[in-house]
Amino acid sequence: MLVRHLSLRDFRNYETAELALEAGPNLFVGSNGQGKTNLVEAIGYLSTLGSHRVSIDHAMIRQAQDSAVIRARVENGEQALLLEVQLNRSSANRAQVNRSAIKPRELPRYFSSVIFAPEDIMLVRGEPSGRRRFIDELLVLRSPRMSGVMADYDRVLKQRNTLLKSARASNVSQLTTLEIWDERLVAFGSEIIAARSSLVAELSPEVSRAYATVAGADHAASLSSYLSIRAKSADDDADLETEAMVGDTIGVDIAAEGFRAALARLRRAELARGVTLAGPHRDDLVLQLNSLPAKGYASHGESWSFALALKLASAEVLRRESIAGDPVLVLDDVFAELDESRRGRLAAAVGGFEQVLITAAVFDDVPTTLAGNVVRIRAGRVLEQGEE
Amino acid sequence: MYEGIVQELIDELGRLPGIGPKSAQRIAFHILQTESVDVTRLAEVLTEVREKVHFCVICGNVTEQEQCSICRDPRRSHATICVVEEAKDVSAVERTREFKGLYHVLGGAISPIDGVGPDDLRIRQLLQRLADGTVTEVIIATDPNLEGEATATYLTRLLVQPGLRVTRLASGLPVGGDLEYADEVTLGRAFEGRRVVEP
Repeated sequence: MLVRHLSLRDFRNYETAELALEAGPNLFVGSNGQGKTNLVEAIGYLSTLGSHRVSIDHAMIRQAQDSAVIRARVENGEQALLLEVQLNRSSANRAQVNRSAIKPRELPRYFSSVIFAPEDIMLVRGEPSGRRRFIDELLVLRSPRMSGVMADYDRVLKQRNTLLKSARASNVSQLTTLEIWDERLVAFGSEIIAARSSLVAELSPEVSRAYATVAGADHAASLSSYLSIRAKSADDDADLETEAMVGDTIGVDIAAEGFRAALARLRRAELARGVTLAGPHRDDLVLQLNSLPAKGYASHGESWSFALALKLASAEVLRRESIAGDPVLVLDDVFAELDESRRGRLAAAVGGFEQVLITAAVFDDVPTTLAGNVVRIRAGRVLEQGEE
Repeated sequence: MYEGIVQELIDELGRLPGIGPKSAQRIAFHILQTESVDVTRLAEVLTEVREKVHFCVICGNVTEQEQCSICRDPRRSHATICVVEEAKDVSAVERTREFKGLYHVLGGAISPIDGVGPDDLRIRQLLQRLADGTVTEVIIATDPNLEGEATATYLTRLLVQPGLRVTRLASGLPVGGDLEYADEVTLGRAFEGRRVVEP
């Protein structure tokens, strides 16, 4: 899959932009704050309906404008598609495929991309919620139905937590319905646990391979799931317990059984604290190097390599399953953070993808193999060839 | 903000379900520009509806008398009861003209977030109606969302008794639609709920 042409209107600092892109590597070069990342952010939006930098769409609309438009001509194997999305400040966003309207949330079906960005280091060093989001986004790309399951799970969780809180406030009769919410929680939750664990099992060997490629050394990088339903203690900051770490795929039935047992075990604590203490919403991904947790033990360089490996592995998994060709890889300001040898190895690892978009402030940071189609950016404008 | 009574009207209208501040404002100005007879009639209907309409003592449906027209109708079967969340669901089922039994309106669904527990619903009244054994089937027709499903599960457990069949409305793909237009969540659920076709 690749983007042939990108047009923007009132997106970030671009009043308008027209940009032809090529298969293979495309390099966007410009000083800081000129609008390199804005270009790739627009492309990322088409596949994730979000930005890797902000959580609200409004920030992407140019100042004092009411709407922004991203339009991309995409080649999807043999199929040519014109994707368009309009971000509106005061009404719902609109989307089109080949000039016919679709629901914006259906856009990712037509286009997929994987973005590598400096923020990715938080996957290794940050809170569990970031890692859950990473795995869940990938899960939804593979199985769209899961977005419904996750939404249902969140809703049940909210209902159940409210019930637990009100039960704590002495309304005992409410508790008669707790087992009904338990059942729903287990039904949706175990489906999420099973789906995540199967994805983790598939991702882990890819992560290990990708880490070895990027770091140039085999540190036995591994990925496994931390399941709160198997944890002995319900404390937030308890050290990860080995019994709760799972590398294999868990079936829905096994997950459901474990979930039920956990709820029974935690009943008293849950009533005392008024929150649900086990389930996918408290699970985590465990990243390890040589059997030690990456968080806390890994150096900055190692953490970076791990974050890149996670992204590379997810791109690999998407590529393997996709009938529409490789996801478009976006490397946003990634090379500046890496040493010379890691740069070369990363370049080699992404070289095989149909299209790679790279942004860099310094041209020389990027290995020459990736300097295919070079696009220069200045002050919200794409410079013509030869213009300085 | 508007002065005095106009703002009061907008605030009152805005409290109605499905009406946001902008719609409330539009309706308020529509009322200001309407003939005063029409407005008087609206006001009269509003007061009258509150005075005259009650909930049926048997099923909880809306009625102007003690019992609703369905409960009073001798042609309806007393062997089946269809349990719904709201009175408006009664008229939805009635439109099908398929169901000849009686109804029972719960008055909502179990939802802790909204502070609704089983005691806030007309569940005790339902059990009373089932006590004499005339009813042989209860059809649970709560909404196919989380709260509706939870209520259905709760009722199913509660209603286990000899000689009583408890059924739940099916859910899945809409009839008369195209498969390609079904969203992935509905279609995914329909896959899960697939059943063996008898030859």
